[in-house]
Amino acid sequence: MANQAGPPAAQETPTEPPAAAPPAPATPVRDGIGLGLAVGVSGLAYGAFAVGSGLSVSQACALSLLAFTGASQFALAGTIAVGGSLAAGVVSAVLLGSRNTLYALRLAGTLAVRGPARLLAAMGVIDETTAMATAQPGRAASRTAFWATFGTLYLTWNLATLAGALGAGRFGSPQDLGLDVVGPAAFLALIWPRLRSGRAERAAGAGGALIALATAPFLPPGVPIILAAPAALAVAWATRGQAANDSTAAGGGAAPGRAAAAGDGAAR
Amino acid sequence: MTAVWAAVLATAAGCYGLKLAGLVVPPRLLERPLARRFAELVPVALLAALIAVQTLTSGQSLQADPARLAGMAAAVAALLARLPFLAVIVAAAGTAALIRGTGLA
Repeated sequence: MANQAGPPAAQETPTEPPAAAPPAPATPVRDGIGLGLAVGVSGLAYGAFAVGSGLSVSQACALSLLAFTGASQFALAGTIAVGGSLAAGVVSAVLLGSRNTLYALRLAGTLAVRGPARLLAAMGVIDETTAMATAQPGRAASRTAFWATFGTLYLTWNLATLAGALGAGRFGSPQDLGLDVVGPAAFLALIWPRLRSGRAERAAGAGGALIALATAPFLPPGVPIILAAPAALAVAWATRGQAANDSTAAGGGAAPGRAAAAGDGAAR
Repeated sequence: MTAVWAAVLATAAGCYGLKLAGLVVPPRLLERPLARRFAELVPVALLAALIAVQTLTSGQSLQADPARLAGMAAAVAALLARLPFLAVIVAAAGTAALIRGTGLA
């Protein structure tokens, strides 16, 4: 989906290269600025949410600097916020980061990096950089787009995290500000285009939510979220024949959503 | 080092390792359709689970907090209206804050 959507409308999973070339970004600069702003906003939300969840400012910033993938960062903070076990939070966060492996598999040939450059490039493999890189017409342009997007977003994401984390402490309690709904609302905005895009996505989402709610009273907080993964496996198995079709439909359907485009900042 | 710091660093190491793995692992491993499909759906299932738990539980008990529910309803309305990400977040947090602030809940 990432390859099919316009650059800011990064989706969470790579798919087959589109049969028809996606519309080339009309204004790469505007898209880049838009992406930077969206990421900045998401970073503010993440920073405030993380501190509201009980992380220190330096812990919130360390996650942005070292993990650099928003959904996972939200997940760890969210698990801590609901009093979940730290181990469960880590597993949830790492599971959520697994899509970046798929991005990296896709980008490996394009980037063709070795040694220290590869270690650096790995940090930048996220929704937005994958979307920008795969939207370019040629390999050289893809590489330029990857590094430029990575550099810009790394800067904005981390500065915004710091600002959000510092700002969170300046106001009243997180609850009074409604910060406890920032996480779930951000997650919902992130998966919204995917929920709209296909039945399999809706089934996986509904299944995951139901499993988590049904098991929450009986298990340590955080564990129910991991138990949602089998829902994804079951749906993947049940719909294994339709993968190609669904992916195509999802990419096309998700692209126009503005919330989808902006929301991907936090998806990282 | 506190436990939270350990969790932060473990998350960072895991997330970075997953990115790096894709750059160094032969692509064949994830070419199976089922593996691809699973990887596509995992974020949706996990995030939906997180949304449900963060919205409807408190600790280990199911709990319908009116302010939180109203905030999420506002988020859904904003998403249906195709508002941008920031507006969705502001609508959700603002609604919850307003309801708590005015003592409605």
